[in-house]
Amino acid sequence: MPQLPMVASLPPGPYYGALAEFATPADLYHACEQVRDAGYRRWDAHTPFPVHGLDRAMGMRRSPMPFIVLGMALLGAAAGFGLQYWVHSVEYPLTISGKPYFAWPAYVPITFELGILFGSLGAVFGMLGLNQLPMHWHPLFSSAPFEKASDDTFFISIESWDPKFEPEKTRQFLQGLGARRVELVASE
Amino acid sequence: MTSHAPSAAIRPEQVALPAGSLLARLPVLGAGLFGLGLVLSVVFRSSNPRGFAFAWLNAYLFCLTLALGGLFFLLIQRATQAGWSIAVRRPVEAVVGTLPLFFLLFIPVWLSMGDLYPWSLPAAAHDPLLKWKAPYLNTSFFTVRAIIYFVLWSALALYYTRASASQDRGAGNGPTVAMRRFAPPAILLLALTQTFAAIDWAMSLSPKWYSTMWGVYFFAGAFVGFFGLLLLLVIPLQRGALHGIVTIEHVHDTGKHLFAFTCFWAYIAFCQFFLIWYGNIPEETAYYQVRIHGGWKTISAVLAIGHFIIPFFYLMGRTVKRKPALLAIGAAWILLMHLLDIAWIVLPVSHPEGLSIGAVEIACYLAVGGAFLAGIGWNLKRQALVPTGDPRLRESLAFEVS
Repeated sequence: MPQLPMVASLPPGPYYGALAEFATPADLYHACEQVRDAGYRRWDAHTPFPVHGLDRAMGMRRSPMPFIVLGMALLGAAAGFGLQYWVHSVEYPLTISGKPYFAWPAYVPITFELGILFGSLGAVFGMLGLNQLPMHWHPLFSSAPFEKASDDTFFISIESWDPKFEPEKTRQFLQGLGARRVELVASE
Repeated sequence: MTSHAPSAAIRPEQVALPAGSLLARLPVLGAGLFGLGLVLSVVFRSSNPRGFAFAWLNAYLFCLTLALGGLFFLLIQRATQAGWSIAVRRPVEAVVGTLPLFFLLFIPVWLSMGDLYPWSLPAAAHDPLLKWKAPYLNTSFFTVRAIIYFVLWSALALYYTRASASQDRGAGNGPTVAMRRFAPPAILLLALTQTFAAIDWAMSLSPKWYSTMWGVYFFAGAFVGFFGLLLLLVIPLQRGALHGIVTIEHVHDTGKHLFAFTCFWAYIAFCQFFLIWYGNIPEETAYYQVRIHGGWKTISAVLAIGHFIIPFFYLMGRTVKRKPALLAIGAAWILLMHLLDIAWIVLPVSHPEGLSIGAVEIACYLAVGGAFLAGIGWNLKRQALVPTGDPRLRESLAFEVS
């Protein structure tokens, strides 16, 4: 994909969205606050390193991850306890070192471990799922300057399916926030 | 960029305990409770020396564990050079600073040795097992060990509180470096002495019983109980006198410790029970025999549910830890559970039939607790509520949970 120069007339769509380039974390931070306040919903910030407090500047909501992890952990604990109960008390009861068939203290270590295992699997795959990873190609990769997002440049991208997105207006809006340059990125 | 930018300078009146607040009244209030409790205790001791001995040890261990938990926390913060906790360090130091007091409060335990510890009686000489343990469990070595513990704890408490206070008067960076250097060996010494104290004062109530997990179990309860107490001191300050200095971020992090060590306590408590239950050796199971039958069975269940399951789910979420009023409820609950945990350790030896908190137990709680609260209040009152001379205070004031 050829790099889109800053042009007066709009390049032909369809667009992935608008990509604005900022020189410093502070520029990006303040621009994020204004994008947030302008009411955009489908947008993201891209930085080479974590910028402290950016989640608040972007107005990000709490992640549902804790509930995924808790749910999975409880499921794992229930599975661990249930399996042992079924095996030792129902399906194949054996007397082991004089303990009753339903010797619940003996079930606790496995219950705990399966709770941890399911919880951590929920954390890993929940994180991948919510981030839609693995993703081998992204339309923003067609922008050559975007490579610097992992080096020394800070970006905001607003996606074209945001209800407030209008190619020319959004481009001018980002330009007004102190962006070094703004481009419209084609989809694919 | 941050919403809690540190103010350029902290004014002295901002960091003094406001007169008339409940915390400022603690010295008088605590001294009053101590006086009342002490008079009642003396009365009870003459009529029921054994009942008094156990009640005093029960109240004593409850308060002592909180102070020792505080000393552990203070030393860990020093060893790791933690930045966040500097803003809440004065309440920690106020709790730790009471440790020399526990030397005096130990006297009734020492005087009641014969009522508390069967190995200290002459009859022990005829028991083969106790005879075998006598080189360790004898009254003179017991006394020497207690003196060693108190000298070490008091020295650590006085050094760490005074060196911190000296920075308020412009001592500079030197004390911070010295306190950090000494913290790791101090943690080791404290771990050893606290373990042996737990064996001497609590485990040897049943001298034929032993648990290799005992020292850790004792520490776990002490540490989590301390965070309950610390939050009950920090939250009123965060909402009152230190508003804008101690922030919700500091409260949140202290709350995380409360949650984490609630889990730790449960883990250790279960490990101790589990291995003894599984091994099923008579010398070891005697401890649980009395505690999972009869009246103590209920208390064991209350501890499992109330000291772990309820606070585990209550304190887990971020929301509760960032709402001071809700977190204070959790902290008070944990403190209550720690009180019950200590009672569950001590009182079944004298009352195997079940828990009964009577007048003598309450009198001892008033006496020891009153002295402890008076000590905390006095320590809070006599210096700034945040260490204004700490070279890294700004870092702590700007702290944010990410």
